[in-house]
Amino acid sequence: MKAGVIVKEFTQRKYYHPYVSPFDPCPPIRVKSYDTPPQLYLGFQPPGLPQYQPKQALYSGTLWPALFSPYDNPYERGGQS
Amino acid sequence: MWIYEKKLQYPVKVSTCNPMLAKFLIEQYGGADGELAAALRYLNQRYSIPDKVIGLLTDIGTEEFAHLEMIATMVYKLTKDATPEQMKAAGLGAHYANHDNALFYNNAAGVPWTASYIQAKGDPIADLYEDIAAEEKARATYQWLIDMSDDPDLNDGLKFLREREVVHSQRFREAVEILKEEQGKKKFY
Repeated sequence: MKAGVIVKEFTQRKYYHPYVSPFDPCPPIRVKSYDTPPQLYLGFQPPGLPQYQPKQALYSGTLWPALFSPYDNPYERGGQS
Repeated sequence: MWIYEKKLQYPVKVSTCNPMLAKFLIEQYGGADGELAAALRYLNQRYSIPDKVIGLLTDIGTEEFAHLEMIATMVYKLTKDATPEQMKAAGLGAHYANHDNALFYNNAAGVPWTASYIQAKGDPIADLYEDIAAEEKARATYQWLIDMSDDPDLNDGLKFLREREVVHSQRFREAVEILKEEQGKKKFY
């Protein structure tokens, strides 16, 4: 397989609208989210995936952008988790 | 709430008087990968899992209690008429000293059930992978139990329970696929 193998497009975070009861005691969080990192989608890693430059790879924790999973506090990212 | 049907999910028949099997079967009663741990694991995780898979955890958790009843019935039938001497000979002397012929939630080595057998990380993927692993471990346990038992009627029940582990594992894997789908994607305008 040559470089630039097509890896299916996916998002690394999913959002859903949980059920909200009219009798909930606290103000509801109407949208909740959870992480779906890349290893859920890659399958057996194909050979020849694009690679970071060595220095960037050391910073990122992986040699491959396809496996990079950035994480930030979702509660500080625009108000909704 | 639950509605109780006063019968077992699958008939339990024990045709050989072999109290030692009870000592091994108790692993699936109060062991780390047993039916009690499974039921409590799923019926607790369901509160914080995304709405789409709550029902699955409720249904499977409920079925695990039906399996717990079957295991309890097997253990009870194997030990209810055992004398203290027979209990001792079956390796259940310590159990008899502690519990008489009563059932208790402990594993095959007599270690009491503990809440640390179950997990709830809150991350839906982590929790469902935990559930898949639990089903596979329970399937393996049933295999080792069948390997040690030469009672064909008892094994019939154990084979049914092993098959249910297979089906549950498949359903949890499908739940992961549902959570991986993009349809819940947040719309930005």
